[in-house]
Amino acid sequence: MKTTPIIGLEVHVELETKSKMFCGCPADHFGKEPNTQTCPVCLGLPGALPVPNQKAIESCMKIGLALNCRINELSKFDRKQYFYPDLAKGYQISQYDQPFCSDGFVLLDSGKRIGIERVHMEEDTGKLQHTILEGKKVTLVDYNRSGVPLVEIVSRPDMASSAEAKEYLKKIHEIVKAIGVSSADMEKGQMRLEPTINVKIEDEDNTHFTPLAEVKNINSFNFAQQAIDFEIVRQIEEFEKTGIEKSVTNKTTRGYDAVKKITFLQRTKEEAKDYRYFPEPDIPPFIIENELVEKLRGELPELPERVIANLVDLDIEVKYAKIIYGNQEALNAIFVIARSNSDAAISDKIDLNKLASLIANKKIDITGDIKGEYLKATQVGNTNTDELKTVIEKIIAANPDVVAEYKKGKTGVAGFFVGQAMKETHGQADPRTLNQIVTDLLNR
Amino acid sequence: MKQLHELSIKEVHDGYLNHHFTCTDLVKHFLARIEKYNPKINVYLAMNDQILAEAAAIDQEIAERGITRPLLGIPFAVKDNFLTSGIVTTASSNILRGYKPQYESTVITKIKAAGALILGKTNMDSFAHGSSTETSDFGPTLNPWNTGHLPGGSSGGSAAAMAAQLATVTLGSETAGSIRQPASWCGVTGFKPTYGRVSRYGIVAMGSSLDSPGPIARCVEDCALVTEVIAGQDGKDATTSPSPVEKYSTNLGHTDLRGMRLALVKEYLLPDMREDVKNLILNSADKLRELGATVDEISLMDPHYAIGVYTVIQRSEVSSNLARYDGVRFGHDRDTFCEETKRRIMLGTYTLSAGYYDAFYKKAQAVRTKIVDEFNEVFKTYDAVIGAVSPGPALPVGASKNQPMFGEMEDILVEPSSIAGLTSVGLPCGFVEGLPIGLQITSNQLKEGTAIKIADCYQTHTDFQLFPDLDKTL
Repeated sequence: MKTTPIIGLEVHVELETKSKMFCGCPADHFGKEPNTQTCPVCLGLPGALPVPNQKAIESCMKIGLALNCRINELSKFDRKQYFYPDLAKGYQISQYDQPFCSDGFVLLDSGKRIGIERVHMEEDTGKLQHTILEGKKVTLVDYNRSGVPLVEIVSRPDMASSAEAKEYLKKIHEIVKAIGVSSADMEKGQMRLEPTINVKIEDEDNTHFTPLAEVKNINSFNFAQQAIDFEIVRQIEEFEKTGIEKSVTNKTTRGYDAVKKITFLQRTKEEAKDYRYFPEPDIPPFIIENELVEKLRGELPELPERVIANLVDLDIEVKYAKIIYGNQEALNAIFVIARSNSDAAISDKIDLNKLASLIANKKIDITGDIKGEYLKATQVGNTNTDELKTVIEKIIAANPDVVAEYKKGKTGVAGFFVGQAMKETHGQADPRTLNQIVTDLLNR
Repeated sequence: MKQLHELSIKEVHDGYLNHHFTCTDLVKHFLARIEKYNPKINVYLAMNDQILAEAAAIDQEIAERGITRPLLGIPFAVKDNFLTSGIVTTASSNILRGYKPQYESTVITKIKAAGALILGKTNMDSFAHGSSTETSDFGPTLNPWNTGHLPGGSSGGSAAAMAAQLATVTLGSETAGSIRQPASWCGVTGFKPTYGRVSRYGIVAMGSSLDSPGPIARCVEDCALVTEVIAGQDGKDATTSPSPVEKYSTNLGHTDLRGMRLALVKEYLLPDMREDVKNLILNSADKLRELGATVDEISLMDPHYAIGVYTVIQRSEVSSNLARYDGVRFGHDRDTFCEETKRRIMLGTYTLSAGYYDAFYKKAQAVRTKIVDEFNEVFKTYDAVIGAVSPGPALPVGASKNQPMFGEMEDILVEPSSIAGLTSVGLPCGFVEGLPIGLQITSNQLKEGTAIKIADCYQTHTDFQLFPDLDKTL
């Protein structure tokens, strides 16, 4: 029996625009006093109307472009209708059949291509707080988050392991941060993950597919990986027990318990909601001009993949490149040195991989004179030639037999003098300088 | 000499400037009339308790600076779906009973900035669901011409307030006919601007892709003066048009209509329409010809199709727009929705459901496009389309009961123009059995000036704009 997991991911990213998606309230809601950042629009008061945030739409398109998507010429918002106490209007403004971006992909390090079905724009909901007030169990609603711009990135079911899913998620995370539309801080809930999983099971004669399970609202890459792994095992066991295969009606929604490290059933498809999508009549449809798309494309920074590749081209190891790529100051420093290296004499060239490792390990201050810093960090010792010369001359004088061996052609014994000198200077001497002096004196 | 309640906006301003009366006098006059007549026809739901202080401030402003604002000291009656901060706004529904808005609609902000006063809020069909005011949770409004009859709706309170002269001018809103039809049944002038010409921000939503706020007034002139204040792009309503607002009042006072090409739609003179109503419309066409316009009979899509389109789109939008009244906020639970509202929510929920969306909503939108295309074709040749507002005069009280499609049948002649988002005036063109009949003059999108020009010329050359003697009719 051969089993192949089939994994797709929905990723929600909160944008860090100044204002909310459809009103002027601040979008930065984290840790704010409840219901202090609201207005008639995000409270869904009678008569209030949404006005779309152009900046947020542009950020959504930037994400799409960075993920190699097509920006659709015609786009619109739709109403997704369901009841929940944190949903002020009784519907969420989202995009149904005409998202801003379609058909992109992410390349994994293995070269495997993970398809992106769509990247669309929607609004976040309020938040419920279950608490005790005057001795009574109550649920309070905080609308500060209501209407915060949210981008949803929907992958195709192209991942075949939890490791691939994790790599995909990390790449999405890096890209979103790199283009500066969100810090995608997982702990603040700025990036939320929803994997959909099933397993292809092949025995001698037949191929089977287990029923789809969507795991909701995961807020860490590791939890996503654990949830996927748990699901794969659970689904195979379930199939072996029941033989139930995927059908159009048996998709389930599950939650993830990070403490017990298990997923649990939330609802079955029979209980699933009919969202009654229809075009949002309060917002006219969009015609996206090509000039805008090109302008946004021009504003995109170099994406992580590209930057890492450039660093590797400079003979920097991938492990350092992956740490440094997001640090603009470090990149500037490295590229400046790389340029000066090309004109420098061989002995003056700076080892870029060494430099990268120093930066990656936070061993040097990159805000100042980078070359000086590098030398200071690498030339740990005394470089005073006169002082060292005196020390070495003493050692040479005391060891004529070793000098004689050197003269016979055993040049390796030079190391003896270097070692002795190092001992004499309590390790304070600079090895390069020592080497030079020892060779010079022995060759006199 | 005219009494204070009989004055148009211009006449009120003349009175202020010539010191014939003050704003306080005018407001007190209306308050006395309201106290006397309102209990008999149930027009006002809530009053502005600050109005005398506001009137005093305006009197001072007039004394110091004269009249520098276009609606200075003009008392308005406002339909109860316009949010007015500080004055209870219910859209005539129990679910919003006692609701004091925290903000106000753009239209209210604009008329206040122009110096207007709000006397109070007028009755309507609950959530504007109806054409009779009989679906109001606060009892029906009665027709000032004959209290055995309905005022129409949904802006029935505003139309009746105008006919009873309980304000100088009123505001209504139309989704399909809710300005023109009650204006027609009450014998006053109603103006529905182009969809998107006047901001919907702060007006309790009914059919979002159709709702058009506008004035119901004693004459076309006042409609023009109010519309040029309330029209214009609003940063809070993404569906408002960016095109600049014309000064509509420059279209007033034409002595003839030479060069104007009008179309009378055959299909709109319904086969089952009363002869006397039909004749009034044909007479109006003759009058317009007499004024120099050409009037051709043309053919358009049977207006019955518009009912289907309108019903599906509007119910769908209603079911969504009312989802926010979920019992979590606003103080009352969903069981306080009236029968008609529940019926609309159910129908709209059904038409948007998975598997039915394509058959209903999508098809309705396709036919809507056809109706728009058809009107576009007509306006290539004609300046305006004319016809009756309503198939007949005001119906008796109780007529809407147990008739779920009451509004749609009464609004059959105004629904096509609403679906196409056009601009249209409804104004009196005669009487049958002592009840007024309305003529509608419809022009293309953003051609408010054309409709106003024709309607004003017609109105100033006819004598149908009359008001009932309340001491006899009530």
